[in-house]
Amino acid sequence: MTMVHSLTINQLIEKLRGGQLTSRQIMEACLNRIDSVDDKLNAFISYDVEDALAQADFADKARSEGQEGALLGVPVAIKDVIAVKNHPLNCASKILGNYESPYDATVIKKLREAGAIIFGRVNMDEFAMGSSTENSAFGPSRNPWDIDYTPGGSSGGSAVAVSADECIASLGSDTGGSIRQPAALCGCVGLKPTYGRVSRYGLVAFASSLDQIGSFTKDVKDAAIMLQVIAGADEKDSTSVPEPVPDYTVALSGELKGMRIGLPREYQVDGLDTEVKAATESAVAKLEELGAEVKEISLPHTEYAIATYYIIATAEASANLARFEGVRYGARIDGEDPEEMNCRTRGAGFGDEVKRRIILGTYVLSSGYYDAYYLRAQKVRTLIRQDFLQAFEHVDLIATPTTPTPAFKIGEKAKDPLEMYLSDIFTISCNLAGLCGVSLPCGFSEKGLPIGLQLLGRPFGESDLLRAANIYQEATDWHTKRPDLD
Amino acid sequence: MEYELVIGLETHVQLNTCTKMWCGCANEYGSDSNTNVCPVCLGLPGVLPVLNEAALRKTALTGFLLNCSVPGYAKWDRKNYFYPDNPKNYQLTQLDFPSTVDGYVNFESLGGIVKVRINRAHLEEDVGKSFHFADYSGIDFNRAGVPLLEIVTEPDINSAEMAYDYLNALKNILEYGAVSDCDMEKGQVRCDVNISVRPKSQSKLGEKVEIKNMNSFSGIRRAITYEFKRQVEVLEKGGTLVQETRRWDDDAGVTDSMRTKEDAHDYRYFPDPDLMPYRPSDEWLSAIREGVVELPLDRKMRMMSQHKIPQESADVFVREPLLGDYFEQAVKGVKNSRSVANWVINNLQAKLVESGTTIDGLTFSPAAIGELVELVESGKISGKIAQEVFNEMFKSGVSPLGIIESKGLSQVSDTVQLKAFCEEVIVANPASVDDFRDGKEAALNFLKGQVMKISRGKANPKMVDDLLREMLVD
Repeated sequence: MTMVHSLTINQLIEKLRGGQLTSRQIMEACLNRIDSVDDKLNAFISYDVEDALAQADFADKARSEGQEGALLGVPVAIKDVIAVKNHPLNCASKILGNYESPYDATVIKKLREAGAIIFGRVNMDEFAMGSSTENSAFGPSRNPWDIDYTPGGSSGGSAVAVSADECIASLGSDTGGSIRQPAALCGCVGLKPTYGRVSRYGLVAFASSLDQIGSFTKDVKDAAIMLQVIAGADEKDSTSVPEPVPDYTVALSGELKGMRIGLPREYQVDGLDTEVKAATESAVAKLEELGAEVKEISLPHTEYAIATYYIIATAEASANLARFEGVRYGARIDGEDPEEMNCRTRGAGFGDEVKRRIILGTYVLSSGYYDAYYLRAQKVRTLIRQDFLQAFEHVDLIATPTTPTPAFKIGEKAKDPLEMYLSDIFTISCNLAGLCGVSLPCGFSEKGLPIGLQLLGRPFGESDLLRAANIYQEATDWHTKRPDLD
Repeated sequence: MEYELVIGLETHVQLNTCTKMWCGCANEYGSDSNTNVCPVCLGLPGVLPVLNEAALRKTALTGFLLNCSVPGYAKWDRKNYFYPDNPKNYQLTQLDFPSTVDGYVNFESLGGIVKVRINRAHLEEDVGKSFHFADYSGIDFNRAGVPLLEIVTEPDINSAEMAYDYLNALKNILEYGAVSDCDMEKGQVRCDVNISVRPKSQSKLGEKVEIKNMNSFSGIRRAITYEFKRQVEVLEKGGTLVQETRRWDDDAGVTDSMRTKEDAHDYRYFPDPDLMPYRPSDEWLSAIREGVVELPLDRKMRMMSQHKIPQESADVFVREPLLGDYFEQAVKGVKNSRSVANWVINNLQAKLVESGTTIDGLTFSPAAIGELVELVESGKISGKIAQEVFNEMFKSGVSPLGIIESKGLSQVSDTVQLKAFCEEVIVANPASVDDFRDGKEAALNFLKGQVMKISRGKANPKMVDDLLREMLVD
């Protein structure tokens, strides 16, 4: 029998509605699970048991009074970069000290309105900068399939918490693959919505033009439920788009017949792991068997994506993180003047990867370099976006491996930032182009590590994306596999 | 050698919107520290700015008032610099696509009308304010996020006096447009000066020096005068000037170097990814254009020609627009407009100051002033009685005619009664009568005064004059 904490949202809601389970029971089950496995995994930075149980009781009461909600009584864990009122907000950094957010992010407000239990702060790379969750002031998270391996990042804690059944679903953020990559490496479903689909208000900005909040879930149906709740324009976010929100759960049903799926020629890279290649190829074959029409496409500017990304993202980050300087947050290290105080506080408060990116971003924006780096990167970004928009004239979705390799070992790439950056090679373009993307489990390596298939869709094409992914999952069982943690 | 001064001004003006630039906090001076703040204007982690449309409207309106054009595309940039009162450590501003560009201001200076071109008026956000105490500092973020318009001139100004006149003219224009309260003491207007000198024969500009930290228009005038002298002295001694920023010390009356070009900030501007570029629609712009008011200088010229009032009076009405509006109401249908102007400027204004009321608080209509002037003009009351009527009117709000009737203040023009008054005075003052008859004209004035006194000011002075002369000659 499946343990209650391994239920999907869909299954859980059914049991809550039918009275076979209470929110308190599921919340307690998750807390017990955390108790028994999180010492090993370190998915959670913190959580408030009392608050979680109070929310659960409140949900039970609401349900007993006849109230409903898409997520009523469902425990959802939150990446430590999204503001939750009166909860700690650290961005897995030392620099925020004991800061607590005085307000709720828009996504949190929407989750609350849908009845979710907002619970726990899950681990990440500091300020979402990294691909392994090793850059956390709270220690690395570990891959539940093998704790010597990283879970990926930056939303590693969000992926681990879902894959290890410590929660039912979680929120993460994706700037260059930070949802899809850890979802692939941990064997769960990670959805990055189109830029502008979900409000960023309350998401601590890393790279504002690339950041997007999305979900980690145990299957694609749950991803649709989560998106339904969090999507929509927000008057507090000028970059959110007033595009109508379709019914994503209805969009799940249908068939693959006639759907055209493109395979980018340029993604056949040298570093692509043979097991990953085989698993994703068979996933594509499966999609074809299910009725999709598969064809090769070209995205000619692919090779510039990583360089472009690391110019734009770091430039934006250098400004976004300037506010953390010891005047208002965290432990201040005094100096003779404000400048010295800033330098000392930032020197001690930020980790190496964050400093590296701030310095890089500061450099590319410097007078005399702006045109050569930032401005050029923006132009290349436009070309990359055009590549995709042209490709989407011929296909409806694009399929790729989510990552070039399965999970790598903790410490393996920590010394080589460039090597680490390359682990995002398949996910980064999606953010540059403002597309939507999903990673879903499509196999395992010989060592038993999950492999992810990435599907990319048109801007605001989440319905197609989720339908194809769901049809694949209905025909396969990769997503039902669970790591053995006992 | 003769030297020439080249000056450009950058004036920061707080817009008087109800709320701040990116959030709903009150844009209000004088509140307790850190009470008009929220996560957005404090720049707390995760917040995003949302444009205040009123600030955009006031910016466009200012553009029109400064004869600028409003481009079809404007965007927002981040200006990066660390300072404790800067909540995000970057300031949102407009670098290369400002909201308004290419205008000019015409104003009176140096005995004529001069023109200064406006390079741009762009919108940015104000920062907080630091306070330094004995052993710590504090920051008040009430001001952070207040919309700030930066109005940049071309280097068209060539004297301290002209800079001073420009600033006063600009202030006047902005007050006219009701876009800013322009209270310098509240920090609503701040101005930096870019100044260079060159030999009169030279066409190449000298090294640009920026002066900061002036807190009044007259301080700016003094700073420019000082800096011109300083720079000329350096050049005369064969020295060279460097591009630098200098701080004005108002007490000492000198400027000191703050930083030279070498350690100038690199602001690392880049487009703000949190705000969409702004494309004003034609409808939006034409609605704003309807709010364009008559400019002060235009108003002055019109008032002088339309109402035939002297320049000094027109100046007052331009400086005090509400008083001017009041005058234009009062003067309707009145022939002696100069007299109306005098009443408004001298009597009304003095009375307002004395009683501490404002024009809005007056209980009588502007037409009442016109009525009063007409009553004097027609000889119904004397100027002196008019004063009394005015005072009464100010108190009670009753119309002049009403006051005159109820108090019996009508001028006495009845010859019989006036003759009786004169008779009485002549009998009572034989010495003065003799003096007048001996040719002392001044004695007549005394006698006239006595007649006015016994008539309690109601006697028609012109008629009294005539009657006295007639009676004394007999």
